Amino acid sequence: MNSLVEPTLRHTESTFSTAQVLDALHHVLPAHCILHREEDTRPYECDGLSLYRALPPIVVLPETESQVIAVMRECKRLSVPIVARGAGTGLSGGAMPHAQGVLLGLAKFNRIHSVDPVSATAVVEPGVRNLAISEAAAPYGLYYAPDPSSQVACSIGGNVAENSGGVHCLKYGLTVHNVLRVRVVTIDGDVIELGSEAPDAPGLDLLALFIGSEGMLGVVTEITVKLIPKPACAQVVMASFSSVEAAGQAVTNVIAAGIIPAGLEMMDRRATQMVEPFVKAGYDVEAQAILLCESDGTAEEVEHEIQRMEEIFRQAGATRCQVSRDEAERLLFWAGRKNAFPAAGRISPDYYCMDGTIPRRHLARVLGAIEQMEDEFSLRCANVFHAGDGNLHPLILFDSCKPDEVERAEKFGAAILELCVQVGGTLTGEHGVGMEKINQMCVQFSRDELDAFLAVKRAFDPPGLLNPEKVVPTLARCAEYGKMHVHGGELSFPDLARF
Amino acid sequence: MEFVLSELCDQVMTAHAGHKPLFVCGGGSKSFYGNYRPVTPQDGHCRLDMTAYNGIINYQPSELVVTVRAGTSLAVLEAELAEKDQMLAFEPPHFSESATVGGCVAAGLAGPRRMTVGGVRDFVLGARLLDSQGRLLSFGGEVMKNVAGYDVSRLLAGSQGIFGAIVDVSLKVLPKPFEECSLRFEATQHEALDHFARWRSQPLAISATSWTALDDGSSGAQSRAGANVEGIVTVRLSGAPPAIRAAKASVGGEELGVEQAANWWMALREQTHSFFKRNQPLWRVALPPTTPVQDFGLPTLVEWGGGQRWLSGDIDAHAIRAWAQRLGGHATLFRPAGGVIPSDGVFHPLAAGVAAITRRLKQELDPAGLFNPGRMVLEL
Repeated sequence: MNSLVEPTLRHTESTFSTAQVLDALHHVLPAHCILHREEDTRPYECDGLSLYRALPPIVVLPETESQVIAVMRECKRLSVPIVARGAGTGLSGGAMPHAQGVLLGLAKFNRIHSVDPVSATAVVEPGVRNLAISEAAAPYGLYYAPDPSSQVACSIGGNVAENSGGVHCLKYGLTVHNVLRVRVVTIDGDVIELGSEAPDAPGLDLLALFIGSEGMLGVVTEITVKLIPKPACAQVVMASFSSVEAAGQAVTNVIAAGIIPAGLEMMDRRATQMVEPFVKAGYDVEAQAILLCESDGTAEEVEHEIQRMEEIFRQAGATRCQVSRDEAERLLFWAGRKNAFPAAGRISPDYYCMDGTIPRRHLARVLGAIEQMEDEFSLRCANVFHAGDGNLHPLILFDSCKPDEVERAEKFGAAILELCVQVGGTLTGEHGVGMEKINQMCVQFSRDELDAFLAVKRAFDPPGLLNPEKVVPTLARCAEYGKMHVHGGELSFPDLARF
Repeated sequence: MEFVLSELCDQVMTAHAGHKPLFVCGGGSKSFYGNYRPVTPQDGHCRLDMTAYNGIINYQPSELVVTVRAGTSLAVLEAELAEKDQMLAFEPPHFSESATVGGCVAAGLAGPRRMTVGGVRDFVLGARLLDSQGRLLSFGGEVMKNVAGYDVSRLLAGSQGIFGAIVDVSLKVLPKPFEECSLRFEATQHEALDHFARWRSQPLAISATSWTALDDGSSGAQSRAGANVEGIVTVRLSGAPPAIRAAKASVGGEELGVEQAANWWMALREQTHSFFKRNQPLWRVALPPTTPVQDFGLPTLVEWGGGQRWLSGDIDAHAIRAWAQRLGGHATLFRPAGGVIPSDGVFHPLAAGVAAITRRLKQELDPAGLFNPGRMVLEL
């Protein structure tokens, strides 16, 4: 199926048969927590990135921490790989099963243990949905800030694995800024706690290292999150621009004026034209780019800030400016942005979402280069952009029934990611490397740096059984990728400063 | 490669070849912190002096990011940011004019604004590490969102140089608040903690809080920490004018003059307040902020909404650690009496599982045990 990433699942083969592993697991788990018939395990063959599939021979769905511990111990004893999975909404194949491994689903860990308005924290299990935390905290006027677009479905455990962001993360931070403590079962079946409800924990900041580690360092069974007071009021300005450059400059000017907007998103014309018929959010489909810029706080504060934002946009040449009149309209403006992915699915049989992050000053160049690539690969691409933090989501539209289109889409995606790295950015802002971007890791990092990642992995998981063969490419993989990939030792933008 | 940097790499490779431990040094402003041993030429240890490698590499105010060489003076960096009305929001303590950015990140200490904006690691976007083989490894980058590979650069914040020398670092910066104002009123410690808890769940523009005893303990040996000791709550508000007005009405109290307020928060941040000048051992206790008042019979100073409590005086290390741990926190002997490091070190012992991972990380990333031996964990 996949031209660029051929999962190499040959080594780490357990010497034990599936039947033996099943037998061992039946000793430690009730029968209803184990799935092994193909019709039961098939739904787990991929996560939100369905290009990458592997049928797991065994799926376990433990209900208690002691069951997770038992599964880890058995798998370690039998040298069986373990892939943890939350809600399966990930977009990088991070939860793609191992063809000879056990898929450890945490869906049954769905309890909210406590919501404490005095400490402004909640203690939750990893299978709790992101939005469910804010819903539980709402009666106290509190909420959990990171809001990935998939928040109705994605689980907090998956958010920890990916260090998920969302449209409000410029002001309120990523998962790493909003999780205080995690309880983790290690590959040895030991339980450790990282972080603390105190401002810090003794020793190294292992919590910061653990968040975003894509299920490769341990399995989370409990999470303490920080809750913050819900602002009394929020409003959004929608502004149209006649060029991407002008919109980018407007973003720069807002931040230079000392404003940190609660949300700041850009969509290009193809994206608005794609979304508008679907959501009817009132987007200006004639504009080359639109910005959505949100202010939150007290009513007075918002009024003051919205005025300044509007002024700045007009000075930067906005051709239209519209402020949400009420909460319904604010949500409608956002609905278009949050539904960009489904809208892509509506106008194209398939789409491939990229996740590079760039220093914002290179936005116009990068979007210009992507436009050229559309011709080169003969595919269309719509761009939505977390403008405040530089995280770009090009949506490459293709048709998977046409085999050459799949290959072109993947090459197009790889070219975009490498461009992001060249301008001083990164492969992935919030979706993770997973299986999908493992080859491009060879481009962003030197062999020594990749070896340091492997060293970190060994420190947490000496036998290398947790989500193996993802994120950090081996030497052999990089060598192979280097061969088929023409660099010619030349960078596309030799005049760009790189750091 | 720049000459200064290649010299540093050479020094590391020489030390590695000669099996000589290296002590990574910036301005020495925080050399009192951690299990530090003075370096003497006789004991065969070497200093890796980072101060020559200095300067701002890239500052993009509109992208809220600055990349700085480790040896850069912290004061110079903050002055540069101030010119663009920006700041290091975690308000790192300098403790001396010689403080460097590398030392600031490696020590991982934050000031009064920590409770609302986060600590050092929350602002680290990327870093380059000079490792024990003299190689330069780059982690993270200059962008806000980055999940390519493990977040090693945030791990380096507060790692006290045990994995190598931080060579340069990219930090997120924030605009200075449009306005600030500080308020003050009298309250017992118990009342203060109640206020902090109430404010926590409200959208108020509070950026720092403190509680100090009216009598800072310099006059006698009475219990100074009990729930009913009279004291003063000081609160700093930061934000846009309407937010400040709203918070002022909620918090109440008497407004401090601009200079008086600046001096107050600086005295806490830099530990120049008389509380810190008692020539007694200074304990830092990090606790869940909701922890009620604990009476150890020692003068106490509360910061970070109750999350950071300082105790000044002689106290049994086992007792204070057991107490802090029971409450979900930990205790650090921040400034030992006479600067003498106790045999079990100044930091709270690690839980077994965390200690095992810490040991393996050190072995993996610095297998020769070259950098800052013992500084963070005595046996590493």
